[in-house]
Amino acid sequence: MLAFLLRRLLATAPVVGVVAVFVFLLLHLGPGDPATVIAGDYASPEDIERIRARLGLDRPLYVQFGAWVGRLAQGDLGTSIFSNLPVATLIGQRLEPTLSLAALTLVLAVSVAVPLGALAAWRAGSWIDRAVMGFAVLGFSVPVFVLGYALIWLFAIRTGWFPVQGYAPIAEGLGPFLHRLALPAVALSAVYIALIARIARAAVLEALAEDHVRTARAKGLPERLVLLRHALANAAVPIVTVIGIGFSLLIGGVVVTESVFNIPGLGRLTVDAVLRRDYPVIQGVILAFSAACVVVNLLVDLLYTVFDPRIRY
Amino acid sequence: MISAFRKVEWNPAAGRAESRAWAALRRHSGVRFGAAVIAGLAAAALFAPFLGTGDPAALDPAARMRGPSGEHWFGTDMYGRDLYARAVYGARISLAVGLCVTALSVLAGLLVGLAAGYLRAVDAVAMRVMDGVMAIPGILLAIAMIALAGASLTTVVVAIAIPEIPRVARLVRGVVLSIREEPYVEAAVTVGTPLPKLLFRHVLPNTIAPLIVQGTYVCASAIIVEALLSFLGAGIPPERPSWGNIMAEGRALFQVAPWIVFFPGLLLALAVLAINVLGDGLRDTLDPRLARRTGT
Repeated sequence: MLAFLLRRLLATAPVVGVVAVFVFLLLHLGPGDPATVIAGDYASPEDIERIRARLGLDRPLYVQFGAWVGRLAQGDLGTSIFSNLPVATLIGQRLEPTLSLAALTLVLAVSVAVPLGALAAWRAGSWIDRAVMGFAVLGFSVPVFVLGYALIWLFAIRTGWFPVQGYAPIAEGLGPFLHRLALPAVALSAVYIALIARIARAAVLEALAEDHVRTARAKGLPERLVLLRHALANAAVPIVTVIGIGFSLLIGGVVVTESVFNIPGLGRLTVDAVLRRDYPVIQGVILAFSAACVVVNLLVDLLYTVFDPRIRY
Repeated sequence: MISAFRKVEWNPAAGRAESRAWAALRRHSGVRFGAAVIAGLAAAALFAPFLGTGDPAALDPAARMRGPSGEHWFGTDMYGRDLYARAVYGARISLAVGLCVTALSVLAGLLVGLAAGYLRAVDAVAMRVMDGVMAIPGILLAIAMIALAGASLTTVVVAIAIPEIPRVARLVRGVVLSIREEPYVEAAVTVGTPLPKLLFRHVLPNTIAPLIVQGTYVCASAIIVEALLSFLGAGIPPERPSWGNIMAEGRALFQVAPWIVFFPGLLLALAVLAINVLGDGLRDTLDPRLARRTGT
């Protein structure tokens, strides 16, 4: 197990390296002088010089990269040009809403999609199956912000059941926290419900055709147990895989959902930073999110051994 | 399926087999629905000036924020501009971005995938770079690139296309790796077929069916991402009407004038739904291998 973990970590190293180079080069890929781009349209030549010196943009590229990686290794993600606060501090302040939204969305998506997918597979070809799969295509197609506004209109403006926008920290109590997070999580989970339900259906369908399921049925095991113990248990690995693959999609969705529902999380931080061209913040957030993606996929690999004891590393 | 696909091309009965595929496509209700809706939207986009739209930028301060009516089908926005005209012209941007992103990412992914699948030296480096790009959330990467390179139609297309390339490259690489073990490819290598000819004559045709299917999904995702970026204020410049831009302008007024957000949102969802349904239909008929794997 430890050997596997080490090997897996070594295999992630090139990925992390590519991400670092890409994020670093982003600023230099665009046309024109990076300092001018960051300073914006109304900057004076002195402003541009100040930014150039502050970000070390006057030094050779490889020196800049080396210095940047060195600071990263010490946990220094840079300093915001706009607010003058360390990027790591800014990210820390915005972490809770984003993590809450992502976690609630995942829980909601899995708990709705897995039973739906299993049901569709169990009654493959029936109207239930067709309805679930039709819903899945719809879930893929309605963009999260369109769905978000439809939910706001229906459940906040027309009925007043939920607040229109905003966020309540979990410290203010579980009730207000969930009440405010419900609509955003439902809006964001639609695409994951679609994604996971499709995979769950395919995996359960495959498992149901296996010999051991036929044996289980032949010995008179109730259908409920056949489905739960034999079919779903074998479908866990592909389902976990798709959650890992979908994680980078989830992050994109979080950014948008936070804007629609006015949630002060990392997504809003990113969008505000982009509009202000606060480059160190953009860089820091992308790095943090990419690192999260890599870690989640690592965890997914480890989870395989839990769900399928046949897999050994 | 792969060898069958090749046989079709050399078989004297090829014409019949091809027309069978066409017949299956035409029979598929999803393909028919998707193709009809996309054709309708494309026609609307092409002939936008002739659809009773008027000038999408014409201001009418006397008719600000009017709800849908006989005069303004989709209502008007805060400057009194006709939202029906803006939405129809917006279809141009969405479809153009979808097409350009698909063409660009499929072409780039095809080149990387062919090279990686056939040249071991390229494989290790190229696929690690692709893994790295895939680890960066696509929307964030696109937002950052557009913010730094300046918002224009070209930067939006390039920024959306880059995160899509790795998926296409992986798909092509997978096909190439499975094809290169086929007897007819080995035979072609034995008789000394030069590499470019080998790739284009024997390998490329096998990638077409999965690429068409993948292309529809790339196109659907590109249209969503463009609207998203414009909605967040980091996409198409605001003076051009795109579905995302119209929705961005309606955001602050959502409680008083929800139609500004609804109609472009509805069109966006309809367009993406049509492309996805078309893609599923194409997958069912052109690429049965993929259909079995995802089981839908």
